[in-house]
Amino acid sequence: MKVKFDTSGLGLSRWYEYVIRFVFGGTITALAGVVAERYGPEIGGLFLAFPAILPAAATLIDKHEKEKKERAGLDGTLRGRVTAGVDAAGAAMGSVGLMVFALIVWLKLANSSLSLVLLGATLAWLAASMMVWELREMLYRRIRARLHAASS
Amino acid sequence: MKEILVRFVVGGVVVSVFALLGDLLKPKSFAGLFGAAPSVALATLVLTVSKRGKEYAGLEARSMLIGAIAFFFYALVVSRLLIRRKVPVLPVTGLSMAVWFACAFGCWYAMLR
Repeated sequence: MKVKFDTSGLGLSRWYEYVIRFVFGGTITALAGVVAERYGPEIGGLFLAFPAILPAAATLIDKHEKEKKERAGLDGTLRGRVTAGVDAAGAAMGSVGLMVFALIVWLKLANSSLSLVLLGATLAWLAASMMVWELREMLYRRIRARLHAASS
Repeated sequence: MKEILVRFVVGGVVVSVFALLGDLLKPKSFAGLFGAAPSVALATLVLTVSKRGKEYAGLEARSMLIGAIAFFFYALVVSRLLIRRKVPVLPVTGLSMAVWFACAFGCWYAMLR
């Protein structure tokens, strides 16, 4: 499957949905700081990888898919849930990149400049996440091809 | 109080930017990668290094590695429940947070305490 930019999804979002995500993200970031202040960096650090926006994102995806189907006169309940699940599967793959990000910051921060480490770690997050996604796509393509060959 | 407010605003902006990027990409499984973007970490680490230094931020990053492992299991449970069982989204994403907490604090207790 090809990756592409598609701006049509933006039209489905309402202003308050952006506010919800802003508030979720801001709250978790502030909370991570408060927890680190109170319980130390070992506990506070856990919250740097807290699934801050996944619940909000999944709920919005579910809602948008449902609305799309309803406009076509269909019940989109199940479609909305499955689409949100596919998004969460993507987040699971992205979390491998998050592990790489944390590892690089942990090992490199002491002896390198902060901006360089964060830039390198962010690029590594993107590269690792995309690699896992591509591997999964390749695997699925092979499975589909085998099933197709077996059935014909 | 001022520091919390700064964290809130910076965190909100960084998380929103990554979420917007996810909105613009297709297919959904690829866009989902941005649900695990290091947005909270990016917003936090800059402020932490300027206030507490690199050693402190390094300790946070070490724990973040455990948090990311917990994130993987959380997202995996959520996706399986939504795709296979087709259960309602909000209760699943909310209640499955228990998986993140159990995994994060369990691993932290076993490995770092």
